[in-house]
Amino acid sequence: MTAADTTTKTQRAPFGQQIRDRWNGLPRQQQWLISIVFIVFLIFLPILNPAGITTEPGTDFPISLFNASRYALIAIGLNVVVGQAGLLDLGYVGFFAIGAYVTALFTSKDSSLHHLPYLACVPIGMAITMFFGLILGIPTLRLRGDYLAIVTLGFGEIVRLMADNVPALKGQVGFQNVGHPPGTRDNGLPIFLQSDGKPWYWLTIGVIIVVLILVGNLERSRVGRAWVAIRDDEDAAEIMGVPTFKFKLWAFVMGAAIGGLSGVIYAGQVGFVNNQKFDPVTSILFLAAVVLGGSGNKVGVILGAFLISYIPDRFTSIAEYKYLIFGCALVVLMIFRPQGLLGARQRLLTYGRQAYQRIAGRPEQLDTGAGALSGDSRSGAMGGGDL
Amino acid sequence: MLLHSASTVLADNGWVSWDVTSLRKLFWYDTVTGLAYGSIYALIALGYTLVYGVLRLINFAHSEVFITGAFAGYFTLKACGFTPGVVPGVGAGEIVAYLVLATGVAMVASALTALVLERVAYQPLRKRGAPSLAFLITAIGASLAIQQAYFIWRGGNPEPSIQLVVKQPEIKIGNTTMDNIQITVIVAAIVLMLVIDTFIRHSRLGRGIRAVAQDATTATLMGVNRERVIMLTFLIGGAAAGLGASLYIMMIPSALVYNGGFILGIKAFTAAVLGGIGNLRGALLGGLLLGLVENYGQTLFGGQWRDVVAFVVLILVLMIRPTGILGESLARARA
Repeated sequence: MTAADTTTKTQRAPFGQQIRDRWNGLPRQQQWLISIVFIVFLIFLPILNPAGITTEPGTDFPISLFNASRYALIAIGLNVVVGQAGLLDLGYVGFFAIGAYVTALFTSKDSSLHHLPYLACVPIGMAITMFFGLILGIPTLRLRGDYLAIVTLGFGEIVRLMADNVPALKGQVGFQNVGHPPGTRDNGLPIFLQSDGKPWYWLTIGVIIVVLILVGNLERSRVGRAWVAIRDDEDAAEIMGVPTFKFKLWAFVMGAAIGGLSGVIYAGQVGFVNNQKFDPVTSILFLAAVVLGGSGNKVGVILGAFLISYIPDRFTSIAEYKYLIFGCALVVLMIFRPQGLLGARQRLLTYGRQAYQRIAGRPEQLDTGAGALSGDSRSGAMGGGDL
Repeated sequence: MLLHSASTVLADNGWVSWDVTSLRKLFWYDTVTGLAYGSIYALIALGYTLVYGVLRLINFAHSEVFITGAFAGYFTLKACGFTPGVVPGVGAGEIVAYLVLATGVAMVASALTALVLERVAYQPLRKRGAPSLAFLITAIGASLAIQQAYFIWRGGNPEPSIQLVVKQPEIKIGNTTMDNIQITVIVAAIVLMLVIDTFIRHSRLGRGIRAVAQDATTATLMGVNRERVIMLTFLIGGAAAGLGASLYIMMIPSALVYNGGFILGIKAFTAAVLGGIGNLRGALLGGLLLGLVENYGQTLFGGQWRDVVAFVVLILVLMIRPTGILGESLARARA
């Protein structure tokens, strides 16, 4: 990264770059402090219900926030697969559906299975989705990347068809009274009511923070470095001794587990699971969230997920056109801003921060232009050179 | 007999059957229907295969190219004065003329859609040298956008069907008959595939396509206009999808709905992979085989598993022989 490169980048996105540089210039403690203040603001958001931001009367504001946070969790999971490891997964809704169905099967009165408490479904749901991730991943991840897209698309559709046709999954009739986390209010009602989005929203925020910390640590570890290497050039990674298949599977299964987790939470909040919510278009909406926000950038994908979920709730007049708009957005983004709103950052991993301070004596400068999807990071498979 | 006893056990569960008796009874019927479906898969698969051969890109929006052709053909018939649900009172010759007209419009509409897609969505990315993930995402975005545009325009219900041709049994095959529509579909598909195959193998432009598929840089140095070859590829693939669309709504008039291309698209892609993606004859073979397997599977396991059979075939092919039956490569096809 030469100085000249940085200047051109700065000219291209001056505002974003300034903010980013200022943020990166702050000491670690201040970054934490600002993050905590922001999280506290997010926590109080459904109570404040500010005019102008609220989605009422169209959608209950806490519920809308819950949905946004649910999308954010999904986007974080999908980001591990798409943004970190560069695997295009178009069947993500399948994992989400499996998580939701596991919860329904074990907690709903309509199910003949042995009943379990809701919280027990969280690890079970995640384990089962991981298992499905494994059985889908093992045959397909050995293939060229572009086949993966269509196989996962097929997988999402198979899950939906199973839900339609396997009698134990009850098709459109579905499962009523899906369980929810324990706890009662002063008036004897459970804390986690379907009608009240606030506890669910807070729960999801908590889960997101935990998942972010876990995924963040994973990304800074050997695993994360392997993912980035695979994303940027799989052949080179393989030659350098990265067991690419193993790490691709790892990313795929991690992503599946987070998708399953969000399915479990979703099933609890909605309280009703049937075959209607898991069509392939939803997978593409998830993908749009990741790509729009900035594939490979965790803050970016959360922002993208928020936009995907919040915009149709807030501006109800365009809700009908949301798939059209987000579909066009994908095309336009790939042409004009392939890195998304907040691009992935190529940075020194693990000890990057300390290394910068030691060697350059200043906070790290990040190359924001390059990422999972921007063309400048490599010559490009479609560029013609290697056709 | 062992299989037979197993059938009763599984059938009791009700949701998946192992119905060998029906399969034996319906074998010829399934074969005929499967070939007709397979011809349409083959026509759509051609577009995937050509584009993949030249650009190494799965054109996800090809299913929307197909459905555009279907809508174009349908509305041409409507504009010609045919109303849904009314049996037309015109002679057979006229009906054929109208069908040919509708097919022509469908082919032009599909070809143009494919071309516009290429120019608007893919060419800018190629100029920038974007990675293949960006192409895939663009393709998916374009597919979703076009599909939803149809949804907003036509709604979620299938169009009322216009049936011009009445099914009549023509040829006796085994214990069943092949009707006139099925014959038309199979013959038209195979003829077009042969024409395109000859074109790619023997014409100058076809040689250009093969050259670009083999080595784009060298082909460009040898004077092949790469951009023109790519446009041509999309045009041919689109036109074939248009014919497929027209035949499809003739065979199943009630199937015209905004997302009708989605499943067909995946199946056609499966067919392309099955035969060997990038291989024209592979697309034909793969399409016909997939049609057969799917129809046998439907009888064996129950109609609701039709689509699952196709997906499982896709996964199995990719696991066992990812290069397909005939091997991939448009480039290696010799004149």
